[in-house]
Amino acid sequence: MRLAYPDTIRIIRLPCTGKVDVIHMMDAFQKGADGVYVAGCLEGECHFLTGNLRARKRVEYAKKLLDEIGVGGERLEMYNIAASDGPRFAEVAREMDEKIRAIGPSPIKTMLQKMKTIHTVAVEGA
Amino acid sequence: MIVAERKPLDEIVEFIKDCKKILVVGCNECVTVCYAGGKKEVAVLASALKMAFIKEGRELEVTEVTLERQCDQEYLEEIRDSIDQYDAVISMACGVGVQFMAEKYLSIPIYPALNTLFMGVTEERGVWAERCQGCGQCILGQTAGICPISRCAKRLLNGPCGGSTKGKCEINKELDCAWQLIIDRLKELGRLDDYEKLIPIKDWSTERSGGPRRIVREDLQQ
Repeated sequence: MRLAYPDTIRIIRLPCTGKVDVIHMMDAFQKGADGVYVAGCLEGECHFLTGNLRARKRVEYAKKLLDEIGVGGERLEMYNIAASDGPRFAEVAREMDEKIRAIGPSPIKTMLQKMKTIHTVAVEGA
Repeated sequence: MIVAERKPLDEIVEFIKDCKKILVVGCNECVTVCYAGGKKEVAVLASALKMAFIKEGRELEVTEVTLERQCDQEYLEEIRDSIDQYDAVISMACGVGVQFMAEKYLSIPIYPALNTLFMGVTEERGVWAERCQGCGQCILGQTAGICPISRCAKRLLNGPCGGSTKGKCEINKELDCAWQLIIDRLKELGRLDDYEKLIPIKDWSTERSGGPRRIVREDLQQ
């Protein structure tokens, strides 16, 4: 449909959001993602029947875990978008982009960048 | 199986706060089935710990391993060659596994990641309930397969108390009255006469209150 959406989104394609496990969401944040969202089919329309429902439960669990860690569960969201709904896809992308900009960069990313600089400086100094 | 659940993350972080390199060891048996300490949970905990450290500007090196069981010598031996390089080990096994590992590897601190709760069953996915207290004197033959020691709040042996109302326990209204369940089942089996047979006073010496227990089978010892 050639709709424009923010270029801050990197898409990882899956056959079904039922494939998303908690560790995948954790890995994304560990590598410095500021925000993650899981976009599944509309509830009741999962080709595999319950994949998107399982994804939602896992997203809820991961949100709680991210709160415990201190990264913030609000950086992770689950959306349900019909496969053919291009405009909604673009809308969600804009919504998520705006929300994460408002929250600010991930503390993990900030620290990783700082640690890399400290590391580099230490090596150069030696 | 033994049912356990993960400790709050801050408690685990507190254990290893001064470490730089740790090993997280999972168990492929009971704690995998109750989604507390299996391979997947080891991966998630390792990731969570690394992030908790990165937030404070520190690096934590984590190695993940899942043993078949942590309650047998042979399986614990598998980490003997590699364990010395770590500052600490977090065991995601039940209390049994944590202790056995600590008995075997004396120079490394072993920390528990789980709170071990009970011997129970998976009633449905995500719901685990207590069934056995390990009293050492099984009376399930007389109570139609329902245990009053573990399922009756008062551990009564010969019928319900006066507080049993509409099949629910007076101590905890969400609990089914174990004796109601027993009577119903005996009725279905056509064995209600068994209900009239008295179960004698229990010998609690075989229970934990008699002291830590041990079984020795001389015919099996080497």
